[in-house]
Amino acid sequence: MDFWVTDDQVALAEGMRAFVAGRFPAEWLHSVEETDAVLDRTKWRELGDMGVFSLRSDGMGAREATLVYEELGRGLVPGPLVATHLAAELIDGAADGTRIVSMFEPSGGVTMIEHATEVDDLLWFDGHDLRRIDPASLTLDPVGRPLDPLGPVLICLDGLDQVRSNSAVIATGTPVRELSELGVLLTAALQVGVAAAATDLANEYAKGREQFGRPIGSFQAVKHMLAEMFVHADVARAAVRAGGCALDDASDAEPARAVSGAKAVAGHAALFCGKTGIQIHGGMGFTWEVDAQRYWKRAVALDVSFGSTDDHSLAIADMLIRP
Amino acid sequence: MDLRYTDEEEQFRTELRAWLESVLPDVGPTPDRSDWPARRAYDSRWQRTLHDAGYAGINWPRDYGGRGASPTEHLIFLEETERARAPYVGMNFVGLLHAGPTLVVEATPEQKEHHLPGILRGDHIWCQGFSEPSAGSDLASLRCRAVRDGDDYVVSGQKIWTSFAHVADYCEMLVRTDTDAPKHRGITWLIMPMDAPGIDVRPLRTMEGSTEFCEMYLDEVRIPVSNRVGNENDGWRVAMVTLSFERGTAFVSEMLDSMELCRELAELARKVTRRGGTAWDDLGLRRELGMLAAELDALWALTRRNISEATRTGLVGAGGNVFKLAYTDLRHRMGDLALRLLDRASLSLDDIGELPTGRHVQGRIHALSMSIAAGTSQVQKNIVAERLLGQPKERGWTSG
Repeated sequence: MDFWVTDDQVALAEGMRAFVAGRFPAEWLHSVEETDAVLDRTKWRELGDMGVFSLRSDGMGAREATLVYEELGRGLVPGPLVATHLAAELIDGAADGTRIVSMFEPSGGVTMIEHATEVDDLLWFDGHDLRRIDPASLTLDPVGRPLDPLGPVLICLDGLDQVRSNSAVIATGTPVRELSELGVLLTAALQVGVAAAATDLANEYAKGREQFGRPIGSFQAVKHMLAEMFVHADVARAAVRAGGCALDDASDAEPARAVSGAKAVAGHAALFCGKTGIQIHGGMGFTWEVDAQRYWKRAVALDVSFGSTDDHSLAIADMLIRP
Repeated sequence: MDLRYTDEEEQFRTELRAWLESVLPDVGPTPDRSDWPARRAYDSRWQRTLHDAGYAGINWPRDYGGRGASPTEHLIFLEETERARAPYVGMNFVGLLHAGPTLVVEATPEQKEHHLPGILRGDHIWCQGFSEPSAGSDLASLRCRAVRDGDDYVVSGQKIWTSFAHVADYCEMLVRTDTDAPKHRGITWLIMPMDAPGIDVRPLRTMEGSTEFCEMYLDEVRIPVSNRVGNENDGWRVAMVTLSFERGTAFVSEMLDSMELCRELAELARKVTRRGGTAWDDLGLRRELGMLAAELDALWALTRRNISEATRTGLVGAGGNVFKLAYTDLRHRMGDLALRLLDRASLSLDDIGELPTGRHVQGRIHALSMSIAAGTSQVQKNIVAERLLGQPKERGWTSG
């Protein structure tokens, strides 16, 4: 057993972090969120060139994918990164980033689709089937003010039966379950990145911000919040990486439990670090300008994608009593 | 990043499992927790059994009679002994995991020869005289005084939280030998024989009702200078050496037991009735239980990461603090949930008929000590914030 990152894996993550910092800098993120079109097809193809969507068919595993997606989450890279990754082997052009694929996730009578008018295809996990939907076939109503400024959403006004009849089943059975598990895990990896970035931002702020003549990070009340953020993010990271191993080597653990656990723990971590990061920034945390709010908003958006913390907690409870 | 065990590791597991199956039938029932002589005999016998089969001091170097096992083998050892419900380390804890490792690194050849075999065979029980009534989190402020008198140190003062002091043979002691030096630089590490005159051991009753802990009152106890480990006034560094033995395995048995406890809580929830159904019908409660199970899985992953880090670097970094903070908080919440599940049955420390009240209520109480013992959660958070996150140091906080 050697559950520690290899040098190659460290290099992969560092390369991705540098790429994200270079191509998705804060100034760029802040400028596109003021427009209706957040997705940039040139940058999306660059993500494709970096192997973000194809790395598993390039010989790497789910564990490497978690490292890459943690970095994407850290950098608040916008767009349906997970859905496009899942489509890589099913929809031509997804793997290299020439087609952008988002998710169709109906929930509680409302279907909110992120980036619906900017993407080429939608994926729908419809029971045992995976369906491909042409977004142009849907009646869509844009949400005026999306919660996540980097995640424009549209409401689908069509009934599910109608959507079903206008879509095509592109996979069924076991491969669908496996793709769904991968989707859960990669979303959890994004959440770890968000949690870690929120922690880093608050940590740096606490070192520089002075009140009562001292850096606020010298007060134990603040110190302890920072430590709790770090703990949440680090525990979630371990869970996500173990989930990657479980998907790659099905013998190690039950993949369904591993990925559900990772999503629940990472979802909680992202929300916790998001809100605590805002608190540590004080009044500035409540401004549009400071990224603390962006991490929290992304944490919310990711929590309700591929099953919420609540959904996965319940799923695990049921696994506890299975014979 | 691979959670799979190697063929060699699986081989180690297979042999260990077969051995456990062969010896465990002869171990006999666990003695009553207040029968100290019987408990000592039980723990010593098990340690002797491990010793004779070559499993004593699993993580100790071979040169000193240990097995020299890798951190992963140590993990497997703890996994298998837990799975087979073999006895715990019990009162050999301090000797095997604290005093012994310190002696391995810091003691003279004579001291090693005199003490290490006895620890490994389970012949000698050790206790720890570190904390004092006024030196808890701020351990380095300890005041128990040792004054040199010829070939002896004469020790007077008070120690507290000394587990098993009333049955121990030796005590690893931290004493103040220089009252003028900065607090970390006036401390000395001594081996105190527990039969020396002047030691008054008084059991300390805990909120669990047990008397594992003791207070020790020392009145001019004479300890030969030859019992000093390391140099005079260098005891703080000597005491910290034991930390370098930590390989991320400290909580493995506990973790596995907690995972079992979580499954038992699910079973319990399906049994106890509520509002015309069972507690399991309560979705909120079920979700909490599922989340706890997810967190335990995550901490199990973290445990294996820490052990892997130790294998590669020889040390557990911050992972140890992260683990303890998360684990103790989790156990508090698990305990709270258990009491809510038991409802009015939680008013008993003993089982009620078929209801495993004892395990759950005592487990909840025990969790209250976890976030205090071996570094309170508040101290752990200071460490994470200062050493890992680089925040300014607390004034007077110099252990970092």
